[in-house]
Amino acid sequence: MAPIIEVKNLRTYFNTPKGTARAVDGVSFNIDAGETLALVGESGCGKSMTALSLIQLVPEPNGFIAEGEILLDGLDITRLPEYEKRRIRGNDIAMIFQEPMTSLNPVLTIGSQIIETIRLHQGLSQKAARAHAIEMLDRMKLPSPKTLIDEYPHRLSGGMRQRIMIAMALACKPKLLIADEPTTALDVTIQREILTLIKELKEELGTAVLLITHNLALVSGNADKVGVMYGGKIVESASAKDIFKNPLHPYTKSLLHSLPSITNRNEGLETIEGTVPEPTNFPKGCRFAKRCSSEMEGCSRLEPTLTAENKEDHLVSCHLFDPEFMSESRARPAGKMREPVMDFSRVDDSDAATRPLVLEVKGLKVHYPIKKGIFKKTVGHVRAVDGIDISIERGSTLALVGESGCGKTTTGKAIMQLIDATEGSVLLKGKELTTLNTEDMRPMRELMQIIFQDPYSSLNPRIKVGGIIEEGLKSLKPDLNDKERKDKVSEVLRMVGLSSDMSNRYPHEFSGGQRSRIGIARVLVVEPELIICDEATSALDVSVQAQILNLLRSVQIEFGLSYLFITHDLGIVEYMADKVAVMYEGKVIEYGRTEEVLGRPKEEYTKKLLQAVPTID
Amino acid sequence: MPVILATDIIVYLVFAFIGFIFWSACARDGYARQVWTHIRGNRLAIISALILAAYAGVALSDSIRWRDSVMLYNGKVAVSPENKTIYSSEALSILDRVFHKARANTEKTFSAPMADKLYVKETIELEDGTTIRDYAALKYPSTHLLGTDKVGGDVFFSAMKGVRTGVVIGTGTTLVVIPFAIIFGVMAGYFGGRIDDLIQYVYTTLASIPGILLIVSFMLIFGSHGYQGGLITDANLMLGVFVPSDRLFWLCLIMGITSWTDLCRIIRGETLKLRELEYVQAARAFAVPRVLIMVRHIVPNIMHLVLITMVLQFSGLVLAEAVLSYIGIGVGPEAGSWGNMINTARLELARDPVVWWSLLGAFAFMFALVLPANIFGDAVRDALDPKVNTKTKSGGD
Ligand SMILES: Nc1ncnc2c1ncn2[C@@H]1O[C@H](COP(=O)(O)OP(=O)(O)O)[C@@H](O)[C@H]1O
Ligand code: SF4
Ligand SMILES: [Mg+2]
Repeated sequence: MAPIIEVKNLRTYFNTPKGTARAVDGVSFNIDAGETLALVGESGCGKSMTALSLIQLVPEPNGFIAEGEILLDGLDITRLPEYEKRRIRGNDIAMIFQEPMTSLNPVLTIGSQIIETIRLHQGLSQKAARAHAIEMLDRMKLPSPKTLIDEYPHRLSGGMRQRIMIAMALACKPKLLIADEPTTALDVTIQREILTLIKELKEELGTAVLLITHNLALVSGNADKVGVMYGGKIVESASAKDIFKNPLHPYTKSLLHSLPSITNRNEGLETIEGTVPEPTNFPKGCRFAKRCSSEMEGCSRLEPTLTAENKEDHLVSCHLFDPEFMSESRARPAGKMREPVMDFSRVDDSDAATRPLVLEVKGLKVHYPIKKGIFKKTVGHVRAVDGIDISIERGSTLALVGESGCGKTTTGKAIMQLIDATEGSVLLKGKELTTLNTEDMRPMRELMQIIFQDPYSSLNPRIKVGGIIEEGLKSLKPDLNDKERKDKVSEVLRMVGLSSDMSNRYPHEFSGGQRSRIGIARVLVVEPELIICDEATSALDVSVQAQILNLLRSVQIEFGLSYLFITHDLGIVEYMADKVAVMYEGKVIEYGRTEEVLGRPKEEYTKKLLQAVPTID
Repeated sequence: MPVILATDIIVYLVFAFIGFIFWSACARDGYARQVWTHIRGNRLAIISALILAAYAGVALSDSIRWRDSVMLYNGKVAVSPENKTIYSSEALSILDRVFHKARANTEKTFSAPMADKLYVKETIELEDGTTIRDYAALKYPSTHLLGTDKVGGDVFFSAMKGVRTGVVIGTGTTLVVIPFAIIFGVMAGYFGGRIDDLIQYVYTTLASIPGILLIVSFMLIFGSHGYQGGLITDANLMLGVFVPSDRLFWLCLIMGITSWTDLCRIIRGETLKLRELEYVQAARAFAVPRVLIMVRHIVPNIMHLVLITMVLQFSGLVLAEAVLSYIGIGVGPEAGSWGNMINTARLELARDPVVWWSLLGAFAFMFALVLPANIFGDAVRDALDPKVNTKTKSGGD
């Protein structure tokens, strides 16, 4: 059977002030009907650009396809005139994006958006298109599609919106569906439902799927083939089974090892030092050489080629698998120092129960009033947090898990006294916080800090990094003079792995991972004893996440910090937490030691949550 | 003896501000410096800035005025019986003095730009006593750059006099709008609750009264006495050193009061969004005082909105002056303003042959102010955006 889509030596370049950026630099693959190819790799290695090339939406005017062919059913679509491309887009190739919140037009009803797509491409009558749209919504397992079709997007949750995006994408029965990080912004349970949905529909309609993700765990079970991308190229490609069972390329191996899980919880995660190379300035030789722990002397001189290894369909691009290269002297190891694996073994936990409590939360409730009408009468309450009891011992980590909207963030903010609790008490080192006024709260803020999820919105874009980090010091430790403050800032920057001269730069000059570090530095500098991490790593690549988790663990061990870790990633919970609290609709429904809760869950909901977690097996 | 109008204060303030910006751009490492380093390479912005500076200069030169002492024939200064110097009854500004010729050299009536004859035929009596109808020669041929108007006044000079009015209306109103809008908008958005309700109540009420009604009644109450524009003589007002009642000043004030609500609403909305952002939450977690949070984290992040809105509004204000003058409640009919010029041009355009230069003059002067203001505003906004700003820097090297 001929593949639906065949990509041959695709090169997509950009003109930038710094020269030509080779975003995609010689990528070849093909996808059969009903088959899923997953492209994985860190952000910035060309995955999305490959996708945009396929759908012929390379950002104009700077981007262009420099070379290569994209054969859709044997027809090269790169050479078609624009109106032909437009017909193919949506009709033959459809795409869904990462952000379900912004990819729907907020001022149009869902129905009108789906119907528009259908009519545009299939020329159906309004009535027929509407019927078809309702049928599609029904297929997406959306509740009561007949009324839903006339709703506006803001009434729906992220998961529902993403389903609608899929409905729109599949409405015209495309031959190829491109899904660019379709579930990154969603919860695990919803993530799984969405991916299952795509899988079912693909089998039913015979659509080929290109799935792009940085979450390796998602790939297993949802993809047939995997291509690992690095520096604009595919460095390893194999069946999904082989990639996990028998990864060959050092990059693939590192990615797999940087995932936190229960098995490596007593050691540091493997990190990939450095960052992906700039596409304007790829290094000579192997593009991964700088970061590769198995680098050999010849690696940075000669570029490896993608060749089959073991099996016909397992391709890898690394000199380690080139017998000729390996037989020569340039195969001597480049003599890199391997970072010793950090030892994070937990101190004898038996005394945990007797250690002093840092935080104790009793019967905490936060109810938001629902106001209606011009007189803003309170007609009811949203019980965002509805009576929870948790406690954290000194030096230990409590994870708070649950799906979005269950009240995790609200709990964190109520503990921080950023929003007022409706009821209940929060004791920090034995001191009641809910009754303190602003002034009395000030010394307590030194003891307890919060790290936020989004590395982009958590730093004020108009203040330099130095100023951002100083802010807490100025407010909480006003006795310090200028020099002491500057010293502390430099020290903490070094501690989180940044250099102290970075304090003169603005936040946008940093990558997501570096921003996360700045966010952590800002908190560490005031030397708190308890840190609340609200989804602190969920926006990051696995490799960067590994660095951040290592950092958090090592400062915890060094300073005896306690963490309240809010997350929906159970891998992180297994790796970080001593205790787990599972939250559902504002209540803690299961609470106990990590091994117990995750190993022998009692509640149905916990079991469901655990099943939904994508795992590599 | 100097004569200072209330609106002169606005012009002086603008200059103090420009001076401060200039000084801090040279001396320190602040926003002004940042703007300067960014704009330096942008030729269009520099040209715009120069044009704006020229306008400001004209406005300033038209805002510094004094009364000369009266000279006696013997070259001595005239004194009153009480031995006080007698001053002339007219206060002339620097602009008036520089363009003395244009001001004084009036013709009989219309003449086209740079013409040497009048634009309308009139009956001329020849030396031999016969009369013919012809275009009479001008008294000052080929000197009127933009021709003359109905009463023979130099159009170019009128347009120059309009500069001060335009600049005062634009900046004076802005000076009223910005503090109101920022303080109330940020407070409403940040504090929420009662304060928000109150502020919203105030501005919805204000916004729901038709602005024109408010302006009309206000101008009738305050604007109808005091200096109405035109020549400053002690025949038309009590000349002291300071003339507090100035129609133009009241106009700025009321236009400011009626137009801060839009910006305030925008700022409130943006503040609502910003206040939930994590860097604001983080600052709260550090117990940073609320005023400081507003000043450091909110205000700098809404300034781009303020700038865009104000630049757009600036154009609107200059145009609004024309409209208000047209219905008779703007600057007084005597005052040199583009609005008044356009109003008279309306009639002139209807006559045959068409007199087009008044309109052209007003339009060209207005356009040459509004366009650079927009270009320069855009450039400043980009320069203040750390993203755009540092990207271009690193792109350059
Ligand atoms: N300001 C608010 N007004 C009303 N409801 C809110 C507000 N903030 C959060 N909620 C509601 O509280 C619940 C918990 O939200 P949140 O704590 O953000 O959940 P999570 O952290 O698990 O994503 C949600 O149902 C949300 O809609
Ligand atoms: S070619 Fe060399 S540097 Fe590149 S991945 Fe293989 S071993 Fe590492
Ligand atoms: Mg949340």
